[in-house]
Amino acid sequence: MKVLMLGWEFPPFISGGLGTACYGLTRGMSQLGTEVLFVLPKAVPADYSSHVRLLTPTALFAGGDSDEIERKAAELAGVTFLAVSAQMKPYDSMTEPGKRRFLLGTDMKEVDEQIERALRGDDDSGPIEAAKSTNASDYAGDLMGQVDRYARLVVRIAKRHDFDVIHAHDWLTYRGGIAAARISGKPLVVHVHSTEFDRSGENVNQVVYDVERAGMHTAARVITVSYLTKRIVTQRYGVDPDKIDVVYNAIDRNGKAPAPIPAIRRNERIVLFLGRITMQKGPEYFVRAAHLVLEKMNNVRFLMAGSGDMVRSSIELAADLGIGHKVLFTGFLRGQDVETVFRMADLYVMPSVSEPFGIAPLEAINHETPVLISKQSGVSEILRHALKVDFWDVEEMANKIIAVLRHPPLQATLREHSVLEVSRFSWRDSAANCIGVYQKAVGQKGS
Amino acid sequence: MATVCFYFQVHQPCRLRRYSIFNADHQYFDHEKNEQICQKVAHKCYKPAMSLLLDLIEVHDKRFRCSFSVSGIALEQFEQYSPEVLELLHRLNDTGCVEFLAETYYHSLAFLYSRAEFARQIKMHEQKIGELFGQQPSVFRNTELIYNNEVARFAANMGFKGVVCEGVDRLLGHRSPAFLYLPPNLSTPVLLLKNYRLSDDIAFRFGNRAWPEWPLTADRFANWINDINGTGYVANLFMDFETLGEHQWEDTGIFHFLEDLPGKVMSRPGNDFATVSEVIDRFPTSGEYDVPQLTSWADTERDLSAWLGNSMQSNALTEIYRLESAVVAKGDPELLDDWRRLQTSDHFYYMCTKYFADGDVHKYFIPYDSPYDSYINFMNVMDNLRGRLRMASVAS
Repeated sequence: MKVLMLGWEFPPFISGGLGTACYGLTRGMSQLGTEVLFVLPKAVPADYSSHVRLLTPTALFAGGDSDEIERKAAELAGVTFLAVSAQMKPYDSMTEPGKRRFLLGTDMKEVDEQIERALRGDDDSGPIEAAKSTNASDYAGDLMGQVDRYARLVVRIAKRHDFDVIHAHDWLTYRGGIAAARISGKPLVVHVHSTEFDRSGENVNQVVYDVERAGMHTAARVITVSYLTKRIVTQRYGVDPDKIDVVYNAIDRNGKAPAPIPAIRRNERIVLFLGRITMQKGPEYFVRAAHLVLEKMNNVRFLMAGSGDMVRSSIELAADLGIGHKVLFTGFLRGQDVETVFRMADLYVMPSVSEPFGIAPLEAINHETPVLISKQSGVSEILRHALKVDFWDVEEMANKIIAVLRHPPLQATLREHSVLEVSRFSWRDSAANCIGVYQKAVGQKGS
Repeated sequence: MATVCFYFQVHQPCRLRRYSIFNADHQYFDHEKNEQICQKVAHKCYKPAMSLLLDLIEVHDKRFRCSFSVSGIALEQFEQYSPEVLELLHRLNDTGCVEFLAETYYHSLAFLYSRAEFARQIKMHEQKIGELFGQQPSVFRNTELIYNNEVARFAANMGFKGVVCEGVDRLLGHRSPAFLYLPPNLSTPVLLLKNYRLSDDIAFRFGNRAWPEWPLTADRFANWINDINGTGYVANLFMDFETLGEHQWEDTGIFHFLEDLPGKVMSRPGNDFATVSEVIDRFPTSGEYDVPQLTSWADTERDLSAWLGNSMQSNALTEIYRLESAVVAKGDPELLDDWRRLQTSDHFYYMCTKYFADGDVHKYFIPYDSPYDSYINFMNVMDNLRGRLRMASVAS
């Protein structure tokens, strides 16, 4: 089995859970002996070169510690990376609600033409420009241009490589997936890591929705990261539930020795929010719960790590509630800083309004920090040793935060059991489940 | 001859209501839910099963006999929510074929934390049984059959002639639970050991279609009882009374089984039924049953891990008993009653993490989404109770 996998982020260039998932899945597939051709857009500003670059894993991780690079590269032995130059950074351009509304569609005409040329066997080695959207001056519009450009580059790749199945991650790659399926006649599997409804509530962008819907309906099989997401895909996109398989994300216990506990061991307890500070993640509920907690106890601080369009309103809310000095904003954290805050925290809280999966709680547990998660999250379907609340139930959230801070046995029992529970999850299992889905897709196609 | 000794445990806890740290009232218990459950179980189990026992006693001319232990808080709930069940217990008592055991009134784990409180709760229960049924219990059962040599010594000092406990393989060795035993170096109390194989055939395996013996008939079971002849005296069938109709639903045929059983048992020559005291009076003891460590009738481990298996459970228990002297000194009957209702073993069982991964069977009986929720709820209630004590001491 050889897989053409279409992604849009991969470590070390990641902004969220998708890159982590792609990394984990390809690593798992590599372990299982499944070959992967991974198409990865690399942001190279102003470089509209048409070339597809072959990247070794070593080159991908270049710049870091050399032993580390070797180790990571060895884990990805079965993976070939094809870097295409395209700028696909949706969360930079789309998280400002005012801007994302103006995201405009392209009609896929250029992609279609590219496919036609490819099918005729015409020479297609010329440069590929970004498709012009109806309003090219709007950089959000340009995102769709990049999406189509990516699709056209995928057409080229699909023409030149052999594979048995196409696996496309999230809507940005769906057009590429559809195109690759048309060129190759191979089955398309789309992997839904989140939907437009998760990202924007009822304020749905029609262009994005249409791309998602087309991908799901064209696909032979659809993978969702939870039953929660399966339900949305069924109800909001009209996809036959029998066509959908749930494959949960995972986490691999990192072999590294735990980072030393920061020296600032203090009298104060720390409750952590870590993630994009956007409507989807429920930062407002976190601040309101903090306010209630502080009515009952004083020696606690609330750390909000992340960036997003609700940072400002969260700061203002904390100030309005008179707890500004107790709620600290760290901005976006990476690498060692993430590890440090996880280990400093007494409790990690994920109050998401809508979370298709939510890998961050698994990371927190990997750092031996207990978690409180919203019931409106995919991860709560598989994580038993966690505290759970409805995201809107701020009082219950505060009740549980206080309990963890006041009763060390609760924290200890949660920690002990959740670490054990999470140690049983593995990306290899998730990869094996995906391979099962490929087999279904290939079987369907053949019959 | 082989004697069948049924002892049925009847118990219902006072379940807590959802109590957040932001609650300030003193209404800790969910009366509505307790009433609902009490009536549901009365309908499925207590009423039909007790009526059946009454019939069996009558049909078999008082040769069918059995023993009950009913916790004090279960009796209170019957008085409040389901007087018909209490009426049936009275009628069973009136036959003279039913014996009541003594236990801790609040179905508590007091033995492990406070001997004074343990003794007080046993006395309360004895008094309640005396008032309701005019019986003076002479055989003791500790909550969940929690037992060791020390329990025996304590029961002897309180004047009990017998104690029921689990027959644990690793302690019995090659010996049989069909004999009566004594604790080391004591002449009382006589120990009746649960025959867990035969008991669990009814209590746990009866409705299991994957069990090779399914469907179990009264006739076959009576043969197994009969096999005791020559290797012992008694088959101690100890189980939750809720087995009949609630754990094993009516559609498993459990009531038909029970209905047939006495006739089948007594059709084998010399086999009969007896209550716990009658067994003790009738048969000699056969050596010592030495139990230095605590045992119980729970799970396959027969230990205390269901109530004391994690640090939340031991913390909650330690904290509740830490309040003892203050609560007792205060002498406020309401406060005392609330404190004691919080000691019921079920509250700590709900905090158990060992079933949590695969606990569908247990889930049916646990009114919380998780052991963590249960602990948080309990600690919030205790926090409030502690506040009442503090206020009390400030006032005085």
